[in-house]
Amino acid sequence: METFLQNLLNGIAVGSIYALIALGYTMVYGILKLINFAHGDVFMLGSFVGFYSASRVGQYLGQTPGEPSWITATGVLFLAMAICGLFGYLNERIAYRPLRNAPRIASLITAIGVSFFLEYGGQFVFGPDPKFFPRLIEKRLINIGGATITSDQLIVFFVALFFMLALQYVIFGTKIGRAMRAVSFNYETASLMGIPTDRIISFTFVVGSMLAAVGGILWGLSYAKIDPLMGIMPGLKAFVAAVLGGIGNVPGAAVGGLIIGIVDAFVGGSSFSTYRDAIAFVILILILLFRPAGLFGKSETEKV
Amino acid sequence: MKRRIFLALLTLSVLSLALFSCAPGESDTGTAGGGAGNEIPVGEYGSLTGSTATFGQSTHNGIVLALDEVNAAGGINGRQIRLYTEDDQSKPEEAANVVQKLISQNQVVAVLGEVASSRSLAAAPICQANRVPMLTPSSTNPQVTEIGDYIFRACYLDPYQGESLARFAIDELKVRRAAILTDVKNDYSVGLAKFFKEAFVKMGGQIVGEQSYSEGDSDFKGQLTALRASNPDVLFVPGYYTEVGQIAIQSRDLGMTAPLLGGDGWESPKLLEIGGKALNGSFYSNHYSPDSPDPVVRTFVDKYRERFGANPDSLAALGYDSMKILAEAMTRAKEIDSTQIRDELARTTNFKGVTGTITMGPDRNPIKSIVILEIRDGQITKRTEMSPPGMAPPPAAAATTDTIAGGTAAPSPATSTSPAATP
Repeated sequence: METFLQNLLNGIAVGSIYALIALGYTMVYGILKLINFAHGDVFMLGSFVGFYSASRVGQYLGQTPGEPSWITATGVLFLAMAICGLFGYLNERIAYRPLRNAPRIASLITAIGVSFFLEYGGQFVFGPDPKFFPRLIEKRLINIGGATITSDQLIVFFVALFFMLALQYVIFGTKIGRAMRAVSFNYETASLMGIPTDRIISFTFVVGSMLAAVGGILWGLSYAKIDPLMGIMPGLKAFVAAVLGGIGNVPGAAVGGLIIGIVDAFVGGSSFSTYRDAIAFVILILILLFRPAGLFGKSETEKV
Repeated sequence: MKRRIFLALLTLSVLSLALFSCAPGESDTGTAGGGAGNEIPVGEYGSLTGSTATFGQSTHNGIVLALDEVNAAGGINGRQIRLYTEDDQSKPEEAANVVQKLISQNQVVAVLGEVASSRSLAAAPICQANRVPMLTPSSTNPQVTEIGDYIFRACYLDPYQGESLARFAIDELKVRRAAILTDVKNDYSVGLAKFFKEAFVKMGGQIVGEQSYSEGDSDFKGQLTALRASNPDVLFVPGYYTEVGQIAIQSRDLGMTAPLLGGDGWESPKLLEIGGKALNGSFYSNHYSPDSPDPVVRTFVDKYRERFGANPDSLAALGYDSMKILAEAMTRAKEIDSTQIRDELARTTNFKGVTGTITMGPDRNPIKSIVILEIRDGQITKRTEMSPPGMAPPPAAAATTDTIAGGTAAPSPATSTSPAATP
C-alpha cells in the first residue's frame, strides 16, 4: 500500500512535467497540424538557460550566490521562459513559416532537422558531459501516509498546475485565445474573418515553448542532471501523452501526461523496470490501434 | 518563396558542416625530440567526454605524466614515445571505431584503454584481430582479458572486488540484508552485481531485493521504492558515479537511510559534487588510497598535484602505472614490434606501481590488494585494505567463491583495518 501510494505520488510529479511538454505538442498540432519534434529539445534549452543563468540571476536580484532562494528560482524560471519563448518564435519564423504552403511532410522533416540541430548544436556549445543543476530551493521531506515526498515534487506539481490553468484561461477566456481556437478550427476561414493568422501561430509557438521551459526548470529542480540529449526521451513521452489525450486537445494533453508519468513510476518499480521507456510506446501503439483520436478527442473523418 | 527555402536550407547545411568540422577529435600529445620516423607510436582511447568523462580525463592525465617521465629519461632505448589519444565519448561503438583508426591510421604498436569494461570489450576484439597488445588500466570485468592473448589489464578483477565488498559488508558493517540496484546496460555493473551476490549469499547474507536501471536514466524512484519495501540494511549500487550520485539523492528523498556500497566505478571527483550529503556514510572499493605512506605513492601524488592542481584519483594512478608497465615491457623487448611487446608485457614481474606490486598472471590479470573507502562529511578516507590470498592468480570462474587458493590455509582475504586519515 505504501509502495502503491509512493509510486502514485512520484508518478504525478514526473507526469506534471510530461504534461507541460505535451501541451506544447498538442497546441501546435491543433493549429498547424504539425508535430513539432523539436519541442523536447526546447525543454532541454530551458534547463540549460536555468543552469547557466542561476548564479548571475541570483546576483542580479541581490541574493547570496549559491544559496537556495525563492526569488532566484522565480527569476530563473521567467528568464528561461523568455529565452525559450524567443526561440519558439524564431523557430517558427525561420524554419516553419516558409513551409506553410508546402506539403505537410516537409514541415515534419524540418521539425526533425531543428531537433537534431538543437541536440547536436547543444553538444557542441554546452559540451556532451552531463551538468548538475544548482539547488535553487531548499529541499524538505514530507511524510504522507507512509510515503515520502520531497518539497521539490510538491513545487513541480503546483507550478505545473498553475501554468496549465493559466493556459486554459488564455485559450478560453481571452480574445487571442478565441483567435487561436478559430485558427485551429479552420485556418482559411479564420484568415478571411480578419484574424492575423501568422501572428496567432507565432503566439502559439511562443506559449508552447514557454511551457517547455517551465518543464525544463522543473526537471532540473527534481533530477539535477541535465545534458544536451535529455530532451529526447521526455519529449517522446510527452508526444505519446499528447496522442493519448487526443492530439489537439489541451486538457487531454494534461491528463495524458499524468497517466504516462504514473505508468512510468509503476513500471519503474516493477520487475520490468528496464522496459520503462518501451511501455510508453506500447501505449502509443495501443492507442493508435484502438482509439486513434485519443481519450478525449472526437474522431473525425479527414476532409479531402 | 522557393529562394527563401533554399537559403534556409543552405544556412542550415553550412551551420551543420561547421559543427561537424569543429567536433572534438584526435589530439596528439607527443613530446618533442626524436625524429618522426624514429618515434614509437602508442595509442590511447578513453572517455574524455560523455557520461563518464572524468574516467577518461584522469586516466589521460596519469598516462601523460608517466609518458613525459619516460621520454625525459631518454625514452625507450633512445627512442621517444609518441602518444595518439582518441576520445570515444563514453560510447562502446565509438570505442571500436577509434581503436580501428589508431591501428590502421596511426600504426600504433600498443593500445592503452579503456576504463569502462563495456568499452574495453568493444575494442579488445579489434586489437586481438590485429595482434596489437592492449593494456586496460582499469577494466575489472573478467571477460575483457578472455578476449585473447593480446589483452592485458593493470587492475584487479570483479570476482575479487565483489567478494571483498561482500566480506566487508558482512564482517565490518555487520549487515545481513542487502538490496542490489544494477545498471543493465553496463557489463561491469552486471558482472560486479553477480559476483557480490554470490559471495554475499555464500557468507550467510540475504539479497532482499534486486532492481535494474539503464545508464543515462534520471529517475530511479520507482526502483528505489520497490527496494525500500524490502527493508535492506545496505544498498549495493555497482554503477558509475553519475547515476550513483543521483541514486543516493533519490534514496534519501524516499526516506531510505541504508548506507550505499559500491565498486571502483564510483571513483570520480564528480561523485561528491553530484551526490553531496546523500552519500554520507557510504562505502566503495578502490585501487589505491592517495594517503598511503608508500614513497612510490607519495612521489606520484606530489608530481600529479604539481602538474594538474588536483588530487589524483585511482584512475589517474592506474593510467600512470599502465604507461610505466608498457614502457618497461618495450624497454625489455629486443625489437619494437607488437608481438615482442606482447611477450614482454606477459613477463611483467614485481613491477612496483602506485597501485601496488604488479605481476602478470598466466591469464594476463595481475593480483593486487583492494582498498575500501568511506565517505563521511564530504571527505573520502581509507577504511580498510584487503589483500588476496595465495600468489597464483585465480581462474576467473573459481574466483567467485572464497576458496580461491583451493586448499591453502587462509582461503579468505586478509583484512587489515587502518585508522581513518583525512587526505
